[in-house]
Parts: sequence; structure tokens; C-alpha cells
Amino acid sequence: MTLSPNVVALLYLFASVLFILALKGLSHPLTARRGNLFGIAGMSMAVVTTLWITGRVEVALAALAVGGAIGWVVAKRVEMTQMPELVAAMHSLVGLAAVLIAIAVVNSPLAFILPDPIPMGNRVELFIGTFVGAMTFSGSVIAFGKLANLGKKFRLFSSAPIVFKGQQMVNLVLALSMVALGIAFVLATSEGRWLPFIAMTALAFVLGVLVIIPIGGADMPVVISMLNSYSGWAASGIGFSLNNPLLIVAGALVGSSGAILSYIMCKAMNRSFFSVILGGFGAAEGAASSTTEQKAVKSGSPEDVAFLLSNAESVIIIPGYGLAVARAQHAVKEMAHKLASKGITVRYAIHPVAGRMPGHMNVLLAEAEVPYDQVLEMEDINSDFGTSDIAFVLGANDVVNPLAEEKGSPIYGMPILEAHKARTVVVNKRSMASGYAGIDNPLFYMDKTMMVFGDAKKVVEDIVKSIE
Amino acid sequence: MHGVPVDPIVTNLTVFVLAIFVGYHVVWGVTPALHTPLMSVTNAISSVIIVGAIIAAAAGTGGWGVAVGALAVALAAINTFGGFLVTERMLEMFKKKEPRRSAGEKHS
Repeated sequence: MTLSPNVVALLYLFASVLFILALKGLSHPLTARRGNLFGIAGMSMAVVTTLWITGRVEVALAALAVGGAIGWVVAKRVEMTQMPELVAAMHSLVGLAAVLIAIAVVNSPLAFILPDPIPMGNRVELFIGTFVGAMTFSGSVIAFGKLANLGKKFRLFSSAPIVFKGQQMVNLVLALSMVALGIAFVLATSEGRWLPFIAMTALAFVLGVLVIIPIGGADMPVVISMLNSYSGWAASGIGFSLNNPLLIVAGALVGSSGAILSYIMCKAMNRSFFSVILGGFGAAEGAASSTTEQKAVKSGSPEDVAFLLSNAESVIIIPGYGLAVARAQHAVKEMAHKLASKGITVRYAIHPVAGRMPGHMNVLLAEAEVPYDQVLEMEDINSDFGTSDIAFVLGANDVVNPLAEEKGSPIYGMPILEAHKARTVVVNKRSMASGYAGIDNPLFYMDKTMMVFGDAKKVVEDIVKSIE
Repeated sequence: MHGVPVDPIVTNLTVFVLAIFVGYHVVWGVTPALHTPLMSVTNAISSVIIVGAIIAAAAGTGGWGVAVGALAVALAAINTFGGFLVTERMLEMFKKKEPRRSAGEKHS
């Protein structure tokens, strides 16, 4: 039985609606899993419909099986601490797939029910889909390298910003050349279409790399959201060139989702999107910390912290990237559990940019079986610090820096978790090195602050041993 | 005016703009705690370009065009399966109550 184009379009419409419901489900943890099932249903519907209407499916099915198996294994094996890398890697795949599809379209438009030569409008769309896809691919590869800490193996993956003189000029010239080649592709004859197309794609790959390398490690939440957005726009671009509304809708949903996440992340750092994109922030990290005068901090042992915690009534734990690096989430949960059994209230405060991607900390805590109603967002818990006995900062720095409330400071205006308002502050860090923003944190020198140095996991495990 | 069909580009643009609005409103409703699953599920959803890849892989012209299509299908399929599965893995971890195992050892 063959499907009429109208039936196909209606099935695609149904799949689009299922995708919308998938996102809608994420409004609450209780409905999220059902939402994911809607997503799976929508995708299955789209794939089965497409296989149905295409003639020779053997190759596609084989490729589907191979890719599906790889995806399955990766999804089962990946550790929750590696989620940022995984997401970056997946963005790159969408980008590359978009480029490959565009190449296939340019090669034989008839196979996609497009006229040959390809009409000008579709060429413009192909150009956009291809360059966005190519930039998504190479940019995500760089982001992946930075997130996976491969900087030592390959300099482009360095998590420190890579900046050079005239960088923005180079990017601008490359971008303009890419657009010029794109126009050449749109205006080219059927025979002459390959040269501008390939040159344009190559430039887009280079540009993707150059756009991401000047952005430092802690701006990764913005970068990864932005690439998320790009991958959606690339899918939409391909949808436009193939006149496929399903791809357009799915791409637009993903594109706007990534854009909103980028916006939320920028706002949480009080930085404009453009200042993040132009990069270079935090480049002076080492220099800034060496000039700060030596001030006295009060440091304590894990046993001291255990004593403090045991005598508290309410504790707020503030996890940061250091917790993810040390994979300390399970130890933290054990500590919280022990405290709770003594009747101590333990809650978690999450800053929007804690970690390397939006929601990073929430997933780690969920993995350690911390109930999600103990994990609170910044605006929900900030007013409670004043009445809390202990704020326990674990591997976070800039997100609790009270300098953000002082005019003239480089991070002035950034919303912070008000840990300094708690009666006692305990801070776990590996060393006194300054945070990513390269500025000192007065929180560490307050009279009520106790520093406990060392690897987050080791320290928390020692605390657990000492709580009786 | 009548009788002149609307250019598909205009129809596509209509769909596109409306979908952005839908996406905008739906995504603002997503709870911040689930932003990581949001990224992984949108990853899976954007792999719907596999639809275009399947058509490429099935093209009758044969040759390298089919190979390119097959590669695109494989890459997108990694995302399709990987994206939804890893989202499911994350979402099943989000629980409201302490799990029973640890609730049992609570009275220490």
C-alpha cells in the first residue's frame, strides 16, 4: 500500500505535535517520562512513514541499525558526569548529518522531488542549512574537546580561551567570504554548483572552530546551549530546502529551546550574549590571582566540619563544578542522609550556571538519589540563607562571590547564591586559586567562614566518617 | 490574486514562525531542574533530519550519493536512539521520595 502525499503530510503533522508534547512534559519531573515517550512515538512515526514511502530501504535500514546500536551503547554506558561532553558530541552529529544531506541534495535533487536544476529559493535554504550545520559540527567538536578536558592532547581543545590579534577581523573576513561563496552557489549554473558549495562548506567548518576557541571553560553553559540552538536551525534549514514541514517544526522547536537556554545562562552570569560569543573572558585568570595580597583564611579539617554540621539545625549545600569533577555526588548524598537522620534539615541550592551545562547539578544529584524536592533553584532558596546555620559550598566559587553585589567589581550584577548570609559558611576547594572570573572571593576571608581544602569526594567521605 | 498558488517558501515560513512561537512558550515552561534532559531530548528531536537522510540513502541514482545518505542516516540514528535513551535514563532518576532502600536504614 502506498501512502498519498496528503496522508504523509498528516502523519508528519501528528509527529510534530508529539514533539511539542515531549517538550511540554518536561514542565514537571512527574510528567517528564511520559513526555519522552511522546517524543519516541513521534520519532518512530516520522521514521516509519519515511521508510514506507521510499522505495529501496535496505541501505537506510542497515545504517539505521548501525547508528542505533552505537547510540544505544553510548546512552547506556555514559556516566552522568560526562553528560556535557555527550550532548556536545550529539550536537556535532546533527550538524554533520545536515551537511551530508545537503550534499546529497546538491548531488541529485530529483531524488528529493526537487526540480533539477535546484530552484534559487531552495538553494538559498540549502546554503543556510549547510553553513549552520557545518558550523554546528566543527564548533561542537571543539566544545566537546573542551568539556572532555582534552586540552593537553590538542591545543584547540584547551579550556582556556584561545585569543590572537585580529581574531574578530579574521572571523569577519571569513564570514563575508562564506556568504559571497553562498551567493555564488545560489547563482551558479548546474555544472558550476560544486566549487562554490564545497568552498563555502569548508569555510563554515573553519569558522565553527574559530568561533568557539576564544570562549573559556566556564562559559560552556552558554556555548552548549547555543550549539543546541544551531543544531535546530540547521535541521530547519534542511527542512526548508526539502519542503518538509516536520523538519521545519522540529528544528524550530529545538532552535528556540537552545536560544532560551542561552538567554537564561547569560542572564545568570549577567553577561550579554555577544560578550560571551566574542570570548576571551577569564584569559587573565593566572595574572589576576597572583597580584592579590595574601589574606588570612581560617581552614579546618573534615572532622571540624563534621562537628559543625552535627550541631546545626539547617544546612544548605551549594554544589558547583568541583563536585562534578570529583564525582562527589554520592558521597554528598550519604552525608546529607546521615545529617537528616539526626533531624537536621538539608537542602541543596542550585545556581543556573553551576557546572558546565544547564541543569548539570540537578542531574548529578538525581543520580545520587537525592529527592528533587530537596533541590531548590536560586530564587526559591536565596531568602532562606539568613535563617540557615550552615551554607556548605562544594566546589563552587563565582556563584557565591559577594563581590557581585559591589559596584565596580567585574562581576557586579551577577545574581549569586547568598551563602554569605548564613550563620556559618563552610567552603570546600582544592586550593586558594581564584575562580574562573579571575577575581578574589571575599566570602573565603569572612570570620564566619571555614575553608576545608582537598578533593570534594575525599573531603565529604571523611566528613561522613566523622559524623556520629 | 486568485488562482496564483502560494509559493511553498511562504507556506514553510508560516509553519516555521508559528513553530518558533510554540517552542518559545513550551520551553519557558520547562522546569530549570530538567534543563539537561531538555537538551538531550531536543538533541534527539533534531535528529529527525534522519528523514532527509533516509531519502538520500534510498535514492535510485546509486553511487556515492547513497553512501553519503547512509552515513547521514547512521549519524542521525546515533542521536535518535542515544538521545531518547539517555533522556529516559536521566528522567527515571528524578524521584520525589527517598528510595525505599535508604528509607529502611533511616532509623539508626
